[in-house]
Amino acid sequence: MRYLPLTNDDRQAMLAKIGVRHVDDLFRDVPKADLNPDIDLPRHQSEMMVERQLSRLAAKNTPAGSVPFFIGAGAYKHHVPATVDHMIQRGEFLTAYTPYQPEIAQGTLQYLFEFQSMVAQLTGMDVANASMYDGSTATAEAVMMARRVTRKKKAILAGGLHAHYRAVVETTTQFTDDVIESLAPVPSDPGAELQAAMDAIDDTTSCVVVQNPTVNGSVMDLAPIAEKAHAHKALLIVVVTEVMSLGLIKSPGEMGADIVVGEGQSIGNGLNFGGPYLGLFATNQKYVRQMPGRLCGKTTDTEGKEGFVLTLSTREQHIRREKATSNICTNSGLCSLAFTVHMSLLGEKGLRQTALVNHKRATDVRNAVAAIDGIEVLNSTFFNEFTVKLPTSAAPVVDKLAADGVLAGVPMSRLYPGDGFDDLLILAATETVSEDDIQILAAKLKEALS
Amino acid sequence: MSMNSQGRPTAPTADNDTGEMTPVFESFSGHQGLRIAEPLVFELGTTQTTGVDVEEIEDFELSVGGLERDSEIGCPGLAEPDVVRHFTRLSRRNYGIDMGVFPLGSCTMKHNPRLNEKMARLPGFGDIHPLQPLSTVQGALELMTELSHWITTLTGMPAVALSPKAGAHGELCGVMAIRAALEARGDAREIVLCPESAHGTNPATAAFCGYKVKSIPAKENGRVDAEALKAALDDTVAAVMITNPNTCGLFEDEIKDIADAIHAAGAFFYCDGANFNAIMGKVRPGDLGVDAMHLNLHKTFSTPHGGGGPGSGPVVFSDALKDFAPMPYVVAGADGFDIVEDGDDTSLGRLTAYHGQMGMYVRALSYMMSHGSDGIRQAAEDAVLNANYVLASLGDVMSASFDGPCMHEALFDDRFLKDTGVTTLDFAKAMIDEGYHPMTMYFPLVVHGAMLVEPTETESKYNMDQFIRSMRGLATEARAGKTARFEGAPYHAPWKRLDETQAARQPVLRYTVPEAAE
Amino acid sequence: MTKYTEDHEWVEADGDIATIGITDYAQKALGDVVFVELPEVNASYSAGDEVAVVESVKAASEVYAPLDGVITEVNGDLEGDPSLVNTAPTSNGWFFKMKLANTGDLDGLMDEEAYNDFVAGLE
Repeated sequence: MRYLPLTNDDRQAMLAKIGVRHVDDLFRDVPKADLNPDIDLPRHQSEMMVERQLSRLAAKNTPAGSVPFFIGAGAYKHHVPATVDHMIQRGEFLTAYTPYQPEIAQGTLQYLFEFQSMVAQLTGMDVANASMYDGSTATAEAVMMARRVTRKKKAILAGGLHAHYRAVVETTTQFTDDVIESLAPVPSDPGAELQAAMDAIDDTTSCVVVQNPTVNGSVMDLAPIAEKAHAHKALLIVVVTEVMSLGLIKSPGEMGADIVVGEGQSIGNGLNFGGPYLGLFATNQKYVRQMPGRLCGKTTDTEGKEGFVLTLSTREQHIRREKATSNICTNSGLCSLAFTVHMSLLGEKGLRQTALVNHKRATDVRNAVAAIDGIEVLNSTFFNEFTVKLPTSAAPVVDKLAADGVLAGVPMSRLYPGDGFDDLLILAATETVSEDDIQILAAKLKEALS
Repeated sequence: MSMNSQGRPTAPTADNDTGEMTPVFESFSGHQGLRIAEPLVFELGTTQTTGVDVEEIEDFELSVGGLERDSEIGCPGLAEPDVVRHFTRLSRRNYGIDMGVFPLGSCTMKHNPRLNEKMARLPGFGDIHPLQPLSTVQGALELMTELSHWITTLTGMPAVALSPKAGAHGELCGVMAIRAALEARGDAREIVLCPESAHGTNPATAAFCGYKVKSIPAKENGRVDAEALKAALDDTVAAVMITNPNTCGLFEDEIKDIADAIHAAGAFFYCDGANFNAIMGKVRPGDLGVDAMHLNLHKTFSTPHGGGGPGSGPVVFSDALKDFAPMPYVVAGADGFDIVEDGDDTSLGRLTAYHGQMGMYVRALSYMMSHGSDGIRQAAEDAVLNANYVLASLGDVMSASFDGPCMHEALFDDRFLKDTGVTTLDFAKAMIDEGYHPMTMYFPLVVHGAMLVEPTETESKYNMDQFIRSMRGLATEARAGKTARFEGAPYHAPWKRLDETQAARQPVLRYTVPEAAE
Repeated sequence: MTKYTEDHEWVEADGDIATIGITDYAQKALGDVVFVELPEVNASYSAGDEVAVVESVKAASEVYAPLDGVITEVNGDLEGDPSLVNTAPTSNGWFFKMKLANTGDLDGLMDEEAYNDFVAGLE
């Protein structure tokens, strides 16, 4: 077995040193009747055989890069430069542990500091943590943080929040003191959707959670809702599921957010069928000690040399135990490295330009599908994603196009089954979409609807 | 003969002591050669530099509602060569499993096979979207089903929820399922019992689910005090959370007795499976009375730790709990695989967007298939063998906290350092100078100055012997009063000890543009 | 006269206003204090309630109300300079002041000698 270096002679010599005859003597605390059960699984296999079988499974899937591809709704197909994957596969990064020994983990710590700085800049906030599991869990953490900060319990989830995020918040807080008020999406009228959230704010509100762009793709001015929230001593939590949008659209911080959470997958990370992804979490300086998750901070060593350590860890579970700000202990270290490498390649210039190309491609798709009889585009604003109303149910249309080799967006009913959105389709277009792809999509949609 | 003295010197000159060389000119390396002082990317790049070529597009009408981002973001860019160099230089300040023995107890730092990385990057796994039509991701759903089969078979449990994102998330999932099950039978209970040796996540998780945490003491032999536990069990106890093998590296020998008592009291047995590596293929948690247990794919099944994640924490459930498992989950039908994302009313709900850590599922399955049933059992045996070899080889110079045999990790405490002035921290830092990552220190809390050594099965006897020699050397020196190498260690790491107090008192958590010089 | 609790807090009463901090023994055990979370003025507490949190690099500990009462003042200096808890635990490093509901309760606390004996017994 290629991962096991001990030989049988080694094992015998080691057992002799320990003073036992058989390895099972080391398992003497295990109930005898339960030791060494029959395990009905295949025996070990060579690298080649494993690769062959897994490749066979992989081949049953349709990769995004192999077809005209228009799926978003919280996870986006972007081009990730080859450098990114090369860097994160360096063993010094890949096989390192959480940097609890800072003398030999400055590589990890410095990129985490760079990552935190980049996320703070992108979101327009003071500080960011070293990442969380993903955007949805970060949102749940933000809601609970708002309760700690405001000592109030009612969280309002605006209708534009991604259905999965809403569900994760509801699930995660079901046994805590939080009271969640989830509002219904209004895809045809994002203004009314936001207004409903504003109207729900009162003095018992801990926070209002607003996604921007919304799950239907609309870009919203959040300054008014920030003002209303603050007037009631509630926090505005802004969720960004497409971090690339921050290269074109005013940051949540500039619009008055108190906490910004988001999904960082778009930068540096692949689709991976939903994970691992990269939870972003940023807030203002005054709330930093209520922030969940790991934080990297700057300091000096005994010779006065600048370096980095994990800090403010007394908030965390390994010290506070049942009084911790959160029970989590893992971040998305390697995904945050991918993000940091990709961002270093992009820089502000590359980010802005890529974001603009995204918006252009989405505009082109919007124009192409708006020209098809029977399709109504619901959005007046969008970044790289928008929602259309079809004259028929969207899911069968998407299935038909998939059979024709086009992955044509997400039927809204996939996210909100039974909510009366069967005829709505969410379409996304990133820089990876070509002119040809758009023409194929338009032609196939037209054909499917005729 | 003719003497040719041209060319480079091939032996060092007699006096190559550079000790007192003072820096006289600006040096980007700080006169440190390969220990280069690498600036932040913010100090290297500019907002006008970029390492990507993005197409130029003509002006068009924007549809962002007048909300364009006008102000500077401030993110620096670098050309590709400088990005490669920056991150390569950073990487060289890190210690990873690839570089040497990483005996970090409780963390299972085993070799990360590169086949796993290759498989996870197949476009059919790495480049598929979680909301694609199910007809286009049948292979992914099949892989999840296959992984579930391996996990339930190895644990002897009827069901598994794959979606939790890491161990602590899995714990949350498990305890939530317990609470959901209790509520479903109208049984409000208030207390979760945790042994005092528990991982910090256990009490944090229980509190998160609205339970009060009560601590159960350990016995002198490092196991849970079963009598104290039974005395604490009544109809207010929702669950007992026990790590097995426990955080002292010992198998809970009364586990079945404890499980029976838990069930008799109407409570559930949550097992923290962080240490499953010691027993995989050797004993099934399902045979021990476990109701829920998370696995850390990044420990037991070799997916990389990546400097702190991403992890993956699937949870196995007993029959009593499986109906409360979270969504989504995959089901096999006549027409292929389907995924249940909504509408299961008994389910505890959704814990994450999409379907969990697919990238980790692929890596873990690649590992499991490579090892097979025989290799998995062998791996557990070798992990336990290596740990016991450490215990047997160091027991005379260090103080083992408990009598052996141990499971996959050997626990020492600081009694052997008594009156030497050397602390566990010093000892750990001195290991860095010997070329090792330190062991886990000051955990578990049940012994003083704990040192928890987990070699894992992927170390050869040669590596083990070398490691043991180093540890013996350090222990012998410390006890002999030769403490110089411990005070202020490490001496040969890229950085000396860092000031954590300063970092916490005046937190500097991000780069800010320095004020212009006057 | 300064009184002490078994939670290593000192209480110095002036009429019905008591100033409360943590003892020198406590600050040494905690190590370098990096953050202090203080209560809000006018909040009322019963003896034993968690009132404040003191954090060092390695530990976080709750500070309990030694007696029943209402917070009248908190030591804002600790927010900017938590190291006062280490350098001057019994003077400038005080935590908060309380208006005691019942000054007679002070009699239930330890005097200095009793506290010193209590600490000696811990070691």
